[in-house]
Amino acid sequence: MVSLLDIIGPVMVGPSSSHTAGACRIGLFARALVGGSPTKALVELHGSFARTGQGHGTDRAVVGGLLGFHPDDERLRDSLDLAGAAGLSVTFQNTKLRGDHHPNTTRITLSRADREASVVGSSVGAGRIVITAIDGFPVDITGTLPALVIVAADQPGAVAAVTSTLAKQGGNIATIKVSRREKGGNAIHIYELDEPVSPEALDALLALPRVQSVRAIERVAS
Amino acid sequence: MIDSLNEAVVLAEAAGCSIGEYALRQEVAEGLRSRAELEAGLQRALDVMRGAVARGLPGDLRSVSGLVGGDAAKLNRLTGPLSGTLFTEVLAGALAVQEVNAAMGVIVAAPTAGGAGVLPGVLLGLARRSELSDAALVRGLATAGLIGGVVALRASLSGAEGGCQAETGAAAAMAAGAGVEVLGGSPKMAGHAVALAMQGTLGLVCDPLGGLVEIPCVFRNATGAAIALAAIEMALAGIEFPIPADEVIDTMGEIGRSMDVRYRETAGGGLAATPTGRRLAKERLVQIKRSGKSA
Repeated sequence: MVSLLDIIGPVMVGPSSSHTAGACRIGLFARALVGGSPTKALVELHGSFARTGQGHGTDRAVVGGLLGFHPDDERLRDSLDLAGAAGLSVTFQNTKLRGDHHPNTTRITLSRADREASVVGSSVGAGRIVITAIDGFPVDITGTLPALVIVAADQPGAVAAVTSTLAKQGGNIATIKVSRREKGGNAIHIYELDEPVSPEALDALLALPRVQSVRAIERVAS
Repeated sequence: MIDSLNEAVVLAEAAGCSIGEYALRQEVAEGLRSRAELEAGLQRALDVMRGAVARGLPGDLRSVSGLVGGDAAKLNRLTGPLSGTLFTEVLAGALAVQEVNAAMGVIVAAPTAGGAGVLPGVLLGLARRSELSDAALVRGLATAGLIGGVVALRASLSGAEGGCQAETGAAAAMAAGAGVEVLGGSPKMAGHAVALAMQGTLGLVCDPLGGLVEIPCVFRNATGAAIALAAIEMALAGIEFPIPADEVIDTMGEIGRSMDVRYRETAGGGLAATPTGRRLAKERLVQIKRSGKSA
């Protein structure tokens, strides 16, 4: 549903809702996957992001997101300088991603301590984003709700175990998507939730026998 | 959100309120946000718009590429033939916000970043001249929001989909309807102002040099604001545009859909494809890459 505040907004650092605000949100999402500011990041820019990204500050916006700045934070402009002070070493590369991708797409490969992640995200207009891959698994996430990213053994009962644990903790699920790279390996579960889950719920999920990893992602878009 | 401006005019007139007031009541009735939340959100937008105009007027900002900046200050120095008038102030405000946008400052995308100068230029210019309260301006932003919503639902608010008519054109239509209402015009007059503004921007292509939101975007926000001002003046004088606003908006959508891709934000046609446009884009993009490497 369109709100008056979607049309008169968002409040954002210019110059482009798709190339700046959306890019920042993809950075924020990637940051959440490693649980804080990464120490190392490879930012690959595809399509229009590669062609006009620097003039639009796409590079600064992505790095600002990685540092935890939101699209309305004026520090986005100086994020490349601030990255060094924050201990983030970032490399940019123009690339042509294989497959069918929106023109405004970036792949971010990042690490923080022992956590690593890769994410492919597209900025699809007016600051809205779609995350299309996490760690090589195909996903479809808009970042408009808090999310749980769970990697679990591709076995019967894995989803049921997670949902019943969430239900016990009082978390309401808005959407569920499960995908895998091959049968019988690991699967990725994406749960979009009405409210962020509590630390206790995260511990309970991590203790489930089939679950390999649990990552909580805050809402990055409105 | 309602998808017909004609209908919104009828409903607002029946309720004896402005389109802006109707828009606020309607969204509250939809149940996702309270009136206080909506008004707080619009007040914040108003504050950011004011901040952006103030930040852009001194003229010390340059865009990321260095191609634009400092032009709002020229109008603000009160030297032109129309200096000191509402008209000049509106143009300066629109340029100021768009220069701030190009320099990676904070703006309100209303409806988009590329068209962000028009609404603050017009509304804040009118506010200063007519001493309008913030409460009145917040209702004006609600009017603009409803109009933008109708344009989004019936046509498009994206230059990549509909050309510049969908960005600065839509912004001019929003500012025209809002401007009429904050000055006390009727919902019907506001509807005509929307039609009058949008008919003046039909067919406008999106042709930014190098694909950057700089040239002609900054200047097009000023001319978009001028068109909004013309529409406000005509509508308040009682001039009625013979084609209803919804049909003008539908026309914009239809023209956008049939517009060649060169004219939809791809920098493949229009001013971007002129010899000078190509040269400037090439020079500046090379320069950005160099400074990017050394940073």
